[in-house]
Amino acid sequence: MHEAVSFPQTRTCPLRPPHGYAELTAQGPLHRVEFVDGRTGWVVTRHEEARALLSDPRLSSDRADPGFPKISPRALVVRGQPPSFIGMDPPEHGRHRRMAISEFTVRRINALRPRIEEIAEQAAGRLRAAGPPADVVAHYALPIPSLVICEVLGVPYSDHEFFEDTSRRIARAGSDEETAASVRELAQYLDSLVEAATKRPGPGLIGKMVREELARGEITRESLVSTAMLLLAAGHETTANMIGLGIATLLEHPDQLAEFRADPDVVPGAVEEMLRYASVADTTGLRVATEDIEIAGRLIRAGEGVAIPNGPANFDPAVFPDPDTFDIHRGSRRHNAFGYGVHQCLGQNLARLELRVALPLLFERFPTLRFATPAAGFEPRRPDVNQGLDTLTVTW
Amino acid sequence: MHVTADRDVCVGAGQCVRAAPDVFDQDEEGIVLVLRQQAGDDRREITEEAAAVCPSGAVRLT
Repeated sequence: MHEAVSFPQTRTCPLRPPHGYAELTAQGPLHRVEFVDGRTGWVVTRHEEARALLSDPRLSSDRADPGFPKISPRALVVRGQPPSFIGMDPPEHGRHRRMAISEFTVRRINALRPRIEEIAEQAAGRLRAAGPPADVVAHYALPIPSLVICEVLGVPYSDHEFFEDTSRRIARAGSDEETAASVRELAQYLDSLVEAATKRPGPGLIGKMVREELARGEITRESLVSTAMLLLAAGHETTANMIGLGIATLLEHPDQLAEFRADPDVVPGAVEEMLRYASVADTTGLRVATEDIEIAGRLIRAGEGVAIPNGPANFDPAVFPDPDTFDIHRGSRRHNAFGYGVHQCLGQNLARLELRVALPLLFERFPTLRFATPAAGFEPRRPDVNQGLDTLTVTW
Repeated sequence: MHVTADRDVCVGAGQCVRAAPDVFDQDEEGIVLVLRQQAGDDRREITEEAAAVCPSGAVRLT
């Protein structure tokens, strides 16, 4: 019997996954872990097994299953609020996800480029007006994806303070009651947008789903609200985290930043490396086994929880040699930063485009951008939430 | 190399289109379309990359 390992672990440096995960990856692909509810399960720390399990239909995403890994004091399920499609299994998952994917195709996302450039340009103007020094998270990294996802979904950006704050409270809730209260608040708000869109045609994905799937009875109003809640929260927060961490990581690597500035051709590869290195959503790959699964000489029993974090897979030296080195020329897109399998991030092409626009534009408009406070002072977040910087004070 | 894609399995992540835009496309609903059922040597590498990055296993090469 192996001793249970600690998971999730707090980052030592907020820019990258905890060093403790590297030790686990070196020891083997699967480890026994005790979750916060005292149940034992598994954590998967190598790329090959992570991908195999994330595409294994014997693992379920049903958060209501008592064996679903509980890694956080917040609630997994809120009574009265159905799961969004990240909490569903095939074929129901595919049916719900397909209602949203038409807004996120490569073609539709590429067409947003001019608008995202305009939004980034305006944010750069507001950052300039706020400093120097100024908080680049509050004035740049957060407002860009927040406004973009509002336009994609059809949510009024004038309400951004409300939904940004409520989403943050949901993610960082310390108890079932706190989660439920914030989820209900956000659900009620989104339901009022759905209500308005049933009376006169509404914009964006919410408007489209009201006109099409809701009108045809293919989705309930509560489930539509759950989809909107997922996309609104994931759409602004994770990308904001990535923009902030991308800025900090580039500032920490001045030689690569110089190249990033000088050569637009390195930007897409650099963005992939930032996604790998930051692994912001490194505790989202959670599943529960519905059947016994033999893998890598271990037996996952039906009913056991399995955590498949993105961070350790993204630092697996078998796939990413010298993984601790940030290298914009690494040239690998096989990271799991957006997960893998049927639940792989729906908004990944939008996130990539936002990063490819926002980061070069910032460094072009602010050629002397630098940390106003030493990078060593960054505070890591608690380990069960999406990782990022709450503030990043820069000067120029 | 023969290219097929299972439209029932596809989750519309668009990764094949990014990797090999002249071999794959997405329809209006976001589901995979195969533009070239035969990928020659000049497209072998990008087509294999498309299959490798497909998260759902919808892309098949034979």
